Amino acid sequence: MEIKYYIGLAVALFCIGIIGVLTRRNAIIIFMCIEVMLNAVNLLLVAFSKMHAAAPIGKSMPSVVSDAQIFVFFIMVVAAAEVAVGLAIIVMMYRNVHSVDVNFLNRLKN
Amino acid sequence: MNNVLQIVWLIPFLPLLGFLINGLGRKQLSKTLTGIIGSGVILGSFLISLWVFFNVKSGNTHVAHYFNFIDVQTVTIGFDFQIDQLSSLFLLIITGVGFLIHMYSTSYMHEEDSKDFAKYFSYLNLFVFSMLLLVMGGNYVIMFIGWEGVGLCSYLLIGYWFKNTSFNNAAKKAFIMNRIGDLGFLLAVFWLITKLHTADYHTVFANVATLSKTDIIGITLLLFVGATGKSAQIPLYTWLPDAMAGPTPVSALIHAATMVTAGIYMIARSNILFTMAPLTQTIITIVGLATAILAATIALKQNDIKKVLAYSTVSQLGYMFLGLGVGAYTGAVFHVMTHAFFKALLFLGAGSVIHAMGGEQDMRNMGGLKKYMGTTQITFLLGCLAIAGMPPFSGFFSKDEILAAAFQKNPLYWGIGVLGALMTAFYMFRLYAMTFLGKFRGTNEQEHHLHESPLAITVPLMILALLAVVGGWVGIPEVFMHGGHRLEAFLEPIFAGSNEYVKVHSTVTELGHTKEYALMAVSVVGALIALLYAWNKFSKYEKTDIEEKGLGKVLENKWYIDELYDRIIVKPIQSIAAFLNNVVEKKGIDGFVNGVGKAVNYGSRQARLLQSGHVGNYVLLMVIGILILFIVQLFLK
Repeated sequence: MEIKYYIGLAVALFCIGIIGVLTRRNAIIIFMCIEVMLNAVNLLLVAFSKMHAAAPIGKSMPSVVSDAQIFVFFIMVVAAAEVAVGLAIIVMMYRNVHSVDVNFLNRLKN
Repeated sequence: MNNVLQIVWLIPFLPLLGFLINGLGRKQLSKTLTGIIGSGVILGSFLISLWVFFNVKSGNTHVAHYFNFIDVQTVTIGFDFQIDQLSSLFLLIITGVGFLIHMYSTSYMHEEDSKDFAKYFSYLNLFVFSMLLLVMGGNYVIMFIGWEGVGLCSYLLIGYWFKNTSFNNAAKKAFIMNRIGDLGFLLAVFWLITKLHTADYHTVFANVATLSKTDIIGITLLLFVGATGKSAQIPLYTWLPDAMAGPTPVSALIHAATMVTAGIYMIARSNILFTMAPLTQTIITIVGLATAILAATIALKQNDIKKVLAYSTVSQLGYMFLGLGVGAYTGAVFHVMTHAFFKALLFLGAGSVIHAMGGEQDMRNMGGLKKYMGTTQITFLLGCLAIAGMPPFSGFFSKDEILAAAFQKNPLYWGIGVLGALMTAFYMFRLYAMTFLGKFRGTNEQEHHLHESPLAITVPLMILALLAVVGGWVGIPEVFMHGGHRLEAFLEPIFAGSNEYVKVHSTVTELGHTKEYALMAVSVVGALIALLYAWNKFSKYEKTDIEEKGLGKVLENKWYIDELYDRIIVKPIQSIAAFLNNVVEKKGIDGFVNGVGKAVNYGSRQARLLQSGHVGNYVLLMVIGILILFIVQLFLK
């Protein structure tokens, strides 16, 4: 498959994520959208990695075939940890104010 | 370098020393000591000047170089003193008359506090120092230092009684009007340095031939602008009558005998430049004549004793410029000398009268002082005869020489000049008659107080009166006595270049002896008639309340020249200043500065609102930012 389909998919996912972040008020959905954006980037990274492996840039880098895939696994692990932390914050927030509406939570001001 | 004249630096140094001692020690020194120091240093300078004069007379002239004052790549201006016939003559006038006036001041200013007394003497010494620098300088730059110095001292001394606002205004007026002239002088010096890369008299005069016609006319006109400021000629003369606000000895020294003749000295010094610029000479002649006449008409109607003398000074300076304009440089310098004697005498005499009258300066309240003040009266009469041009008093010889030269150039000049001379005789004897003849018109208290002045005042008067009588005998014209004009012979080397040039380029013929006698007779008889008429008319003067009408009123108000200047120069400048202050300054500059502050304030107030606390907004802005970066990266590269 050509690289442009991957890029198209990644861009679409990223845009969906952004629109979600911008339009929704529910903290959990925003959180999910952020994850979508993150994974759009992951997807792109893997796609480019695969592309370069198919057509190596030079003899100097013969072993780059699966580097990005390993890298992405790491990212996913870290992201999982981050999700745990983020969800915990949201839960604590809900416990305190009984809401996950971000507009209600504008305490950063002042 | 081994010339004995190398020590001439002592001449200006002594007054400078006096200035420092009196100025710094004004709180400690007693009045007697101040007076002795102040007059003593001038006497010292005078004695050295005498010695210098006799040296010069026996043919020893010298340019004393001390150090390089300005030394840049192409221009070197030395701190030089040039001692020759012209400067040694001026040295004698300045230090001689200066000493007499210092001596006079010790008595005249005696009622001042000892601190102010010392201040007065220190200023006076500083003035003499500057004036000496002016005439001794070996180049235009040194002359300019002195030129500015005398202007400053004139300002300080006019405003000596600085608690009086109108005196302060007079001082400021003098300073500012002088500054206009100084600018002209400065530009002329720059022009000279640009063209010739030097300001030394010797080099400049030796190389005048290399200058183009335009250069010479430009330079001389600018120098003349300088001279009109310092020497009170039209259009910059109005400061001099106002300068009478200063103490009377100051008027005598600065505003009659020395400083105001600086312009004449400068032109006489640069005579070769002026001889080569006939256009400038014509302008000088016309300005000089116009000033002589205008000031004389104003003097006819003034009632303040010092104002009459002030306008008379302006008028006499006009004659000197007439002399310079028609190329009679010797005559002009001669008149400077005789004028220094008789005008200083008249001012000091007027000071003596004012002193006796307890500060009264209005002649309408005087009269009949003859019987109270014998010495003052006699010396004053001699001074009046001298200025009126009666033979054999000094003014006759010098004025006659100028008028004869004017006749050679153009009989019309002579006619106007004689008319002015008649007016001179008239207003001087009006002054004399109103002051000393008739009966006393002041208050009883004043009459009771009348007395002859002490010796310190009358002795200078007597010496000056003697000089005013015999001072002219150094320049007896050729028609009376062959070789009688010793001054001309003495000054010959200074004006040699000009005489040479005139001989080649001019077709003016010598006056015949009969003609010269006739001219003299006309002016003397005319002046005598004017004199007697004034004597008769004003010795019977009665105080009246009738206001002057017609021309008399115009003259009494000085042709409304001050009002005219006020209207066309001062008022517009004030309204421009008000405009600049109210509109440009307050609205423009302040508005801009405050506007910047306000804009920042307003901008930050608005920018603050971006920080709403809504995470969504922040994210939106972030996305917009990212998009912009993308666009820049992708499309604008």
